[in-house]
Amino acid sequence: MIVRRAGFLTSVQDLGRTGLREFGVSTSGALDSFALRVANLLVGNDEGAAGLEITLGGLQLRFDDERIVAWCGGEFDVYIGSTALPAGHTAFLRAGEELKFGRPQIGCRCWLAVSGGIDVPIVLGSRSTDLRANFGGFEGRCLRDGDVISLGPRPGSPTPATGISSWTAPHDWASPAKRDPILRFGRGIDSSRFNDVTIQHFANEAFTVSPDSDRMGVRFDGLELQREDNIDLTSEAVAPGTVQVPPSGKPILLLGDCQTIGGYPKIAHVITVDLGIAAQLRAVDHVRFSEVSLADAHRLLLERERELERFRIGLSLQSS
Amino acid sequence: MEIVPLGDSALIVRVRERFEDSPEETLDEVLQTFQQLRSAAIPGVIELAPAYTTVAVFFDPVAGAKAGERPGEVLGWLREQILHVVAAGGDRGKRRKIKRAVRSVEIPVCYDPEFAPDLDDVARRAGLSTKEVVDLHSVAEYRVACIGFVPGFSFLAGLSKKLATPRRDTPRKEIPPGSVGIGGAQTGIYPLRSPGGWNLIGRTPLNLFNPKKNPPTLLRAGDRVRFRAITKEAFETLKRGEAFE
Repeated sequence: MIVRRAGFLTSVQDLGRTGLREFGVSTSGALDSFALRVANLLVGNDEGAAGLEITLGGLQLRFDDERIVAWCGGEFDVYIGSTALPAGHTAFLRAGEELKFGRPQIGCRCWLAVSGGIDVPIVLGSRSTDLRANFGGFEGRCLRDGDVISLGPRPGSPTPATGISSWTAPHDWASPAKRDPILRFGRGIDSSRFNDVTIQHFANEAFTVSPDSDRMGVRFDGLELQREDNIDLTSEAVAPGTVQVPPSGKPILLLGDCQTIGGYPKIAHVITVDLGIAAQLRAVDHVRFSEVSLADAHRLLLERERELERFRIGLSLQSS
Repeated sequence: MEIVPLGDSALIVRVRERFEDSPEETLDEVLQTFQQLRSAAIPGVIELAPAYTTVAVFFDPVAGAKAGERPGEVLGWLREQILHVVAAGGDRGKRRKIKRAVRSVEIPVCYDPEFAPDLDDVARRAGLSTKEVVDLHSVAEYRVACIGFVPGFSFLAGLSKKLATPRRDTPRKEIPPGSVGIGGAQTGIYPLRSPGGWNLIGRTPLNLFNPKKNPPTLLRAGDRVRFRAITKEAFETLKRGEAFE
């Protein structure tokens, strides 16, 4: 597979690196791991196969051999030659065909799965690119124009080898990006360090996404959240989903590339099922936060897993 | 001991309230908890991360549910498991064993002005000569309180109070790998080219983070660390040796 145009920021990602936090190694991985899993299942891959995370589009790929592709994520215009490929559909690409990603209307990222997966070496248990520490993925960096990327052996899938599928993944899975979304959260470990008024503000006001956001975290402008005390906190673990409040009072929602520890007070934690929506936030989007219980967070996560299991079974029946 | 949720997929086990009061004991206790939890291999637990006063326990709620726990009960169940593991391993014999297992690592550091752009500042603030700063820094024994910030960055406790220096007002955009710095009451080593606000007083030729190895870091939480002052010639020789690794 040849990268004709690498676009704004495209990197190889799988479901991330685990087990190395004690050494300061972040998760990395697809910021919406669920979207990548769905895309992988659509093309007949193992759900943890490496794909491409595409930020703000501009990517143009040419394939050397026949492959099945599918993508999920923000609202991008994606074309095979002059034929549109909507999110959540599978397409059969012949050798020499080109796949093009335009700029997104809503959201900022999408995940492309290619049958066989992206074949880069496994480093510390994962094919994900760690863009902060520059290792893993394709040569430890984001893709550049002209890169030639190896793909894994095509799975022996009997999927009919023509055009674009008429059936699709559920809409919410294929296109999770929303205009002005609401993110659900559980109370943060340090929420008692904020007074009730501040907590109310956090839960009621809209926050604006700052341009200063990246794979480490989404920064917000808007109301400043004031702390009750000014005690220096001892650094401890943070995780994707953690909302921390630095001295500026402007909250930061941490994403997959976030560092492993932090010393800012944690006012909230966005629940796992909403991290895919968070991964779509881009400058000047408005966001609101809504509190849920941890039991609900777990219930939602389990429901989604059960639905994914049904989807997986459906796909296997279809291709048999 | 306090166990609090860090979102829906992690818990933080707070072993002690404060670190500074007794860094050595706190570290030993945190590492003991870390090792107990690791050997217990509680189902659904993905990884553990010690830091200063806490051990974070990352888990997969889906695996917890497969183990038969209802959505509302996964956290409570895990909390019980953790308490059980920690209570069962609380005897003094084990604690002594862990103490003996602490590794000692010597880090050669070149304090040459070329590698130490902030050595003069640190000396001026402390009212010491640069030689006295180097002597104080390299005679002390430190312990790795935590690894984080970037892969392999080790936060070392045990810096002489005389050398405590606030972070620079404007962080540097790029710090060369191996740089040894002072940030507040801590000292540490930048393993990778990264931005940073600590005062740089030397550099080690050793490679602190190598993703081709597992474990990928030279240092681990709890390690005892000493710095050995070396000449620039020794630095260059060691650096060449590291490059062949």
